[in-house]
Amino acid sequence: MSAPDFAIDVTGVTKRFGDKTVVDAIALQVRRGEIYGFLGPNGSGKTTFIRMLCGLLTPDAGTGTCLGYDVRTQQADIKRNVGYMTQKFSYYEDLSIRENLDFVARIYGIPDRRAAVQHSLDRLGLAKRSHQLAGQLSGGWKQRLALAACLLHSPRLLLLDEPTAGVDPKARREFWDEIHQLAADGLTVLITTHYMDEAERCHRLAYLAYGRLLAGGSLAEVLASAKLFTWSVTGPELRTLAATLLGRPGVEQVTAFGNTLHVSGRDATSLDSTVAGLREPRHDWKRIPAGLEDVFISLMDCAKDNYS
Amino acid sequence: MSGLSFHRLWAVVLKEFIQMKRDRVTFGMMVGIPLMQLMMFGFAINSDPRHLPAAVHLADNGPFARTLVQALRTSDYFRVIKETESEAETQRLLQLGEVQFVVNIPVDFNRRLLRGERPTVLIEADASDPAATGPALNAVAQLANNVFNRDLPGSLAPLQAQNGPVDFRIHAHYNPENITQYNVVPGLMGVVLTMTMVVITALAITRERERGTMENLLSTPVRPFEVMVGKILPYIMVGYIQISLILVVAHFIFHVPMLGSLPLLYAVALLFIAANLAVGITFSTLAKNQLQAVQMAFFFFLPSILLSGFMFPFRGMPEWAQAIGSCLPNTHFLRIVRGILLKGNGLSEIAPQIWPLLIFLAIAMTIGVRRYRQTLD
Ligand SMILES: Nc1ncnc2c1ncn2[C@@H]1O[C@H](COP(=O)(O)OP(=O)(O)OP(=O)(O)O)[C@@H](O)[C@H]1O
Ligand SMILES: [Mg+2]
Repeated sequence: MSAPDFAIDVTGVTKRFGDKTVVDAIALQVRRGEIYGFLGPNGSGKTTFIRMLCGLLTPDAGTGTCLGYDVRTQQADIKRNVGYMTQKFSYYEDLSIRENLDFVARIYGIPDRRAAVQHSLDRLGLAKRSHQLAGQLSGGWKQRLALAACLLHSPRLLLLDEPTAGVDPKARREFWDEIHQLAADGLTVLITTHYMDEAERCHRLAYLAYGRLLAGGSLAEVLASAKLFTWSVTGPELRTLAATLLGRPGVEQVTAFGNTLHVSGRDATSLDSTVAGLREPRHDWKRIPAGLEDVFISLMDCAKDNYS
Repeated sequence: MSGLSFHRLWAVVLKEFIQMKRDRVTFGMMVGIPLMQLMMFGFAINSDPRHLPAAVHLADNGPFARTLVQALRTSDYFRVIKETESEAETQRLLQLGEVQFVVNIPVDFNRRLLRGERPTVLIEADASDPAATGPALNAVAQLANNVFNRDLPGSLAPLQAQNGPVDFRIHAHYNPENITQYNVVPGLMGVVLTMTMVVITALAITRERERGTMENLLSTPVRPFEVMVGKILPYIMVGYIQISLILVVAHFIFHVPMLGSLPLLYAVALLFIAANLAVGITFSTLAKNQLQAVQMAFFFFLPSILLSGFMFPFRGMPEWAQAIGSCLPNTHFLRIVRGILLKGNGLSEIAPQIWPLLIFLAIAMTIGVRRYRQTLD
């Protein structure tokens, strides 16, 4: 193995559909045992990138390894050692939970299949429902089944594509606890999400837009890299204030959070002078550190300016 | 509540038209099916079949024999494709199904006719399809008597008034009692297999793609080829169960004769089942959803039932319809099943029907596998 420290180590990965470049020269390194968050707006190429990692799609350009196997030539080895949870539930709705797990176990040729299936049912708390048809399960249970199925063959890398979409907060928290447990046991996890609170639970993150990687690193690094400055305002008639702020020099984003307004921009001097000009005693202005969401929206806006 | 609003109604109508326009396959079916049906029912189907292929076994070459052959040639009912002196050859043509009739003109036909001895002309008919033979047999007797009217010398004229100068005997082969079920029931085997095999495979693979389970499947170590064969095998079994079911019913309820070898039938059926499954797979790679898959299967099914010789005598259809029919696996399988069951045909007699099946299978498989691979990336 070339780089034993990295579960994923790729550079220049590119995929085109027709003349549209969906994934554009992405380089990514994910350490073993790390939970790596993958964020980006709809259509930014997250799913496509993951499909290339697990050998479902062949990249048009780029090289690299996944678990030490070449992503272009050793797709069969990769498939044997990776657990992939698709964005859309993709087990058989007309099969019961146990039948689905049995099927997966047979495909991977897992030794002592019965015991493995039973163990997986017990561990994820699915044992009592094992005869229920997958199609009749609620969203949260479907997600548990999908996770159980892609862990069955003891993969060394988990690729999870929006695993918590449409799952309630409690189930999401339990899911994340499970993921942290797995990572502590040495599993590497690459996970896509649109939830900011989930992004904050990752060891490291990457932000993708228009097929390009715009930022990457730990939470603090990503926040710092955006160089975004934010003011928060509370007080009366925030709607009028928001309308006034928009388009003023230095103001790039104005977002309402309940009774608070966040005003951000990358140019600190002009933002501050705009704010100074609009300050009124009835409003309470405060400098706050930029949030992840503000950073992502800012990243996306400037990516739009640069690339399209 | 009379809350009908025309702008809302119109909105829905417009939306339906747009969706109809987008769904090319459905649109094609809506135009294609009526056209196809019109063509087939209007032209191909002929309840009074004519120009049925016949062979003449000529043991006498006298002028009256020649006149008779000439009359057969010019008649609408027959198309004499072979004139021979070998009896073995005519028998073989009948067995292979290349001719529907063999007209045997005996030795001394000329002399005995002139003597007023009413020579016997034996017409052997392949009656495995009664619809094809019935009308033609009636026609032949009439035809011959009219022909000899003008040629016979005056002294023999009285013969005309009686039973005619020639004694026509008709011998119906393979299905002497003209029992329609003998023809229809074996034919049903091909029809049922075509319908179920094509639809089921087309659905089975489209369903995986439509529900997204295909993506999951392909992310596992399972190979595309394994998926395909794994899907086909169960349906081959289903096909064999259907065949057995039809054979049991044919034997115990319709008392269809089973003269040939059933193991041979089962062996050849594998080719036919595989051909249909390959068509199903090809459709499943073309169809975007399950509905389209069913529509395509229906498109294939229609000619398979109407132009294969199942519904209407194959030889009675116009040339173009026969040409289309010859490209369909069901046409050949029908001949094989009827040949084996009703005529007791062996491998050598059904061989001419096997290679078209093989060619069809090879083409359909190639397209199916090619297209199937393309959909992965
Ligand atoms: N098979 C395909 N053929 C053509 N275009 C495709 C194909 N798959 C994806 N795309 C396009 O590639 C782009 C990226 O899609 P992708 O599914 O990777 O985005 P994503 O980041 O996963 O989005 P989301 O957050 O909505 O899941 C989209 O514009 C999509 O339309
Ligand atoms: Mg996606």
